[in-house]
Amino acid sequence: MGREKLIQHRIMPVAVIVLVIIAIWYVGAYFMNAPFQRDLDRRANVTSTAIEFLEKTMSQPKPTLPAPHQVASNVFENTFLRKVTSNRSLVYHAWVTLSSTAVGFTLGTLLGILIAVGIVHVKALDRSLMPWIIASQMVPILAIAPMVIVVLGAVNITGLLPKALISTYLSFFPVAVGMVKGLRSPELIQLDLMRTYNASVAQTFWKLRVPASVPFLFTSMKVAIAASLVGAIVGELPTGAVAGIGSKLLAGAYYSQTIDIWAALIAGSVLAALLVAIVALVGKLVERAMGAKPERSLG
Amino acid sequence: MAENNFSVVSARKLGLTFETNDGPVHALSDVDLEVKRGDFVSFIGPSGCGKTTFLRVIADLESATSGEITVNGMTPEGARKSRSYGYVFQAPALYPWRTIEKNIALPLEIMNYSTAERKERIERTLDLVNLAGFGKKYPWQLSGGMQQRASIARALAFDADLLLMDEPFGALDEIVRDHLNEQLLKLWARTEKTICFVTHSIPEAVYLSTKIVVMSPRPGRVTDVITSTLPKDRPLEIRETPEFLAIAHRVREGLRAGHSYEE
Repeated sequence: MGREKLIQHRIMPVAVIVLVIIAIWYVGAYFMNAPFQRDLDRRANVTSTAIEFLEKTMSQPKPTLPAPHQVASNVFENTFLRKVTSNRSLVYHAWVTLSSTAVGFTLGTLLGILIAVGIVHVKALDRSLMPWIIASQMVPILAIAPMVIVVLGAVNITGLLPKALISTYLSFFPVAVGMVKGLRSPELIQLDLMRTYNASVAQTFWKLRVPASVPFLFTSMKVAIAASLVGAIVGELPTGAVAGIGSKLLAGAYYSQTIDIWAALIAGSVLAALLVAIVALVGKLVERAMGAKPERSLG
Repeated sequence: MAENNFSVVSARKLGLTFETNDGPVHALSDVDLEVKRGDFVSFIGPSGCGKTTFLRVIADLESATSGEITVNGMTPEGARKSRSYGYVFQAPALYPWRTIEKNIALPLEIMNYSTAERKERIERTLDLVNLAGFGKKYPWQLSGGMQQRASIARALAFDADLLLMDEPFGALDEIVRDHLNEQLLKLWARTEKTICFVTHSIPEAVYLSTKIVVMSPRPGRVTDVITSTLPKDRPLEIRETPEFLAIAHRVREGLRAGHSYEE
């Protein structure tokens, strides 16, 4: 792919959308913050020009909707200008959330694969397990999370693990569903071939079902890692956790630090995007190593 | 050929009925057949005549519902479990994540051949199907004809003296098909395997076979068994000789007779 094409096909469309969003955001910030600013001005008996008024709506300390540059400078300050061990550093909070996301994602992926293997190989599980798995995802995570934290806290399991378990709860589902599909993806003719060799169930599993399921695994892991992050953040809310993006959101809400809330949201989004990108990249490398035809969609 | 009296495949009154929602379908009915060691037997007939089903019964991919069949003197299941045949499907069925040589190694891995022996056999069979030098390629890097040759190499890699081929060249164009037919005959002469070959092409069946089994549908049954009088050494030009055309004519007559009751 040439540099020109990269700019034309990838960067341009994204940049345009970002600019549009920022523009809408600024307009929104003005209208959301204007009533409060008018109120302030009236009380202080100040009359300002339109430009002055506009500037004021963009620089309130606790705006209803912070302007993009306020959020950006908060994110920049708390990411690059603070020690990463500081309680105010977004890197520190992101790291706390990331570690429980990683543990939960790993457990969830393993659990999902295990369930899928069971469903594909044991007829009884195939018939009984799926409805329960689907039902498990119908329960709102916000209702389950506090109970998990409280129950585990009662048996002295606190800290990272309860949060990770909520991530696990959310992330095993896409992996289980994707892997059931993946392990069943070999065509009849490929399975017949194994039968003509009198291959054992284990040989068919390792030499056919597992390699055939790899693309499905990475697709579902992309969904699972984003779900894990949501799980970790949600898990931080009811614990009164002192660290993590979730606790940053909660603290911001308590003290009406709207800029902090938005900064934490941005940090969470960036983290999610990074995690999904990493999974996608690893998936691409693995598929390349497995001889997949290189994509030529942008060539 | 006195030493060739061993029956590799022997079917007596073989029948297979599929139970479907629309009632029973008689895929095979009263099939009697002997395939001797070293034979090249073609099964020809319109679709639905049970030729593929019969091949799948030999391979123990389907089970007969009546009659008897032995493969290498055993039940089809026994023959499959002792890995006594190689099967070539309509599609190459190569595993896309394996290179060509790894695909050929697949049966060898499953049957626990040593690494050294695997290497030797991969080289030998690649050579046999004229794919030497393509071992490191992935299937998508090869043409359809080359892929099907690789799948034949895979079926030849282990020690099975029976080769079952289910319309292996059906999806290829005629020029490639002619070429592969010629190669297949040479390969048959070199390896002295017994081959059961399903096709719906009359020239292909006549060109390749020592014995042509003509089948007809509903119910699937054998209507004629023609023993070829062509010599074993067959250049492609043999297809224009009167002898060849006479056999082709008899096959065509057999196919027509099988169809007549439908009108």
